[in-house]
Amino acid sequence: MTTTDLPTPGELPEIAVDPAAFRHLADAQVNVELDTGDMVLNIGPQHPATHGTLRLVVRLDGERVVSADPIIGYMHRGYEKLTEFRTYPQITTLINRIDWLSSFANEVPFIQAAEHLMTIEAPPRAQYLRTILTELSRIATFLLFLGEMGLQVGAITPAFYGFRDREYVLNLIEAVTGGRFHPNFNRIGGIKDDLPWGWISECRAVMNKTLASCDEFDDLVVGNPIFQKRTRSIGIIPQELGAAYGVSGSNLRASGVDWDLRRDGPKYLVYDELDWRVWTHPDGDSFSRYWVRLQETRESARMVLQMLDQMPSGPLMAKVPRIIKVPEGEVFVNTENPLGEMGYYVISKGATGPFRTKIRSASFSNVSILPWVLRGVYVPDIVTILASLYFILGDIDR
Amino acid sequence: MAESPGATEAVPALREQAVDALTRLQAELGDSIVEHDGAFGDVVVRVRRDAWRRSAQVCKEGLGCDYLSFIAGIDWMPTPAVVEEGSGDTSTPAQPKEQTYGVAGSDGRYQLLALVESTRRKSWRVILKTDLPDDDLHAESWVSLYPGADWHEREAWEMYGFVFDGHPSLRHLYLPSEFEGHPLRKDYPLLAREVKPWPGLVDVEPMPGEPGDGDDTTSTETTAIEAGESA
Repeated sequence: MTTTDLPTPGELPEIAVDPAAFRHLADAQVNVELDTGDMVLNIGPQHPATHGTLRLVVRLDGERVVSADPIIGYMHRGYEKLTEFRTYPQITTLINRIDWLSSFANEVPFIQAAEHLMTIEAPPRAQYLRTILTELSRIATFLLFLGEMGLQVGAITPAFYGFRDREYVLNLIEAVTGGRFHPNFNRIGGIKDDLPWGWISECRAVMNKTLASCDEFDDLVVGNPIFQKRTRSIGIIPQELGAAYGVSGSNLRASGVDWDLRRDGPKYLVYDELDWRVWTHPDGDSFSRYWVRLQETRESARMVLQMLDQMPSGPLMAKVPRIIKVPEGEVFVNTENPLGEMGYYVISKGATGPFRTKIRSASFSNVSILPWVLRGVYVPDIVTILASLYFILGDIDR
Repeated sequence: MAESPGATEAVPALREQAVDALTRLQAELGDSIVEHDGAFGDVVVRVRRDAWRRSAQVCKEGLGCDYLSFIAGIDWMPTPAVVEEGSGDTSTPAQPKEQTYGVAGSDGRYQLLALVESTRRKSWRVILKTDLPDDDLHAESWVSLYPGADWHEREAWEMYGFVFDGHPSLRHLYLPSEFEGHPLRKDYPLLAREVKPWPGLVDVEPMPGEPGDGDDTTSTETTAIEAGESA
């Protein structure tokens, strides 16, 4: 491999000499020590391992990363500006596209922010349906991760399993909402529609299937020595540093931080009525991030099974005016989304649309730690670390 | 949970933890706190600009808020109207035209907003605000306290033009490096909305007998549909 000493931008040297005059020097250099200057490698924006258009500019010393600089914004759609020109029902359509793998979970905190400001609350059955669909989108997102992560270390089979099992869950979501990816099913004050006939037994069967496929992933991936070699003690995120960077969700729990907004945040949905636990792993490496997500998939499937048993009947919508005007005020609502903490700071001035919305998306902060994590790792590990952090480009760029 | 649909439990302005956090912040920061208020349970503290970094330090070291959620900006200038009044276009919200300020007030147009949380205590979080005068949009950087502030401050810099003293490299994050202007400022126009009406409106065909139903007096939108269909 040839290594080139690339100058940093802004200090390009002037080339004004005839290279032929220095040929004897080049010949002489063959016998001296090889040039080991840093090499700049561009990964992306279209690298298949980057899940979209994330570009990484890494400076390499041989096979080791000296520094890494993520370049984001290739998918920036300006949602924060757009929310200032849209009404509340229109905005739920937009925010479906932030984290497109778990769109339903995106809608919930925004809808709840509007509900808080309007001092209305969705009826119990709507809360249950919201929780079920949120957990289903969590399962769908994680199943894809469990397969995809295998793909990144060279195992193709788990990817097929992941896509296959996710499809069952997406079919469930589609049966209720009509949309596989962008349900847009939440309404301010409740939820659009009830479950279709026969859905509950179908869902129960799929959840049992999910639990079985989690065991499959356990055997196929977690127990695999190659997978362990590629992920154990790679890409370690220390607890304090992860929190200070704003890394959240499973990524932070994999560093041993016992913090889950479903349990530790202000009460939302019906998580306090369920019997479940928060999984953590002390290691903080790529492997533990995989392990925590695997456990959380199981936990979510169990939660859904519980909710199917104890779901109350009743209306689906609270009394809401036809034209939604949200009273003046400010509110911050954050929820535990599959990728981490998703929050909306909504400022309303009494109009049909918000005055300002700050969208706090999980992947943005999760990825901002990359320059720190990637320092000193080997090039092939970049891919596994990126995959184990599990980000969605729309969630970074908004 | 409410027993009947639509009924609400009164959300206290400050939840128990927020009262506790506020008391401790007041003891540490003293008169650096300009104003404080509650926002649906959370405490919103507006601090003096010269205490911006110190208040973060107090939150991190004194209150145990080890987790940075976000840093953002607010521009309190009224949203410029993109739809004429009385045009019947309800697709864009009509915002109030006078300048008003939100929870915990503001001294001027620009404000910095941040939220820090604790990963060790339940529902333990503080919302911090500070005012930046129009002619001097400087604030101290939080990067040395919360390394995650790096990207948030770069975003606030490019979207609002706020300058963070002590930030290692304020450069564009989302936008191309040659981009000019600060898109999230209220006076930065959303051009897509101004040059083209809301596409949803085009679908509304005029009822028979309504103005706009005639053959030659059609509005530009209707003409556009007809042209599109015949093409």
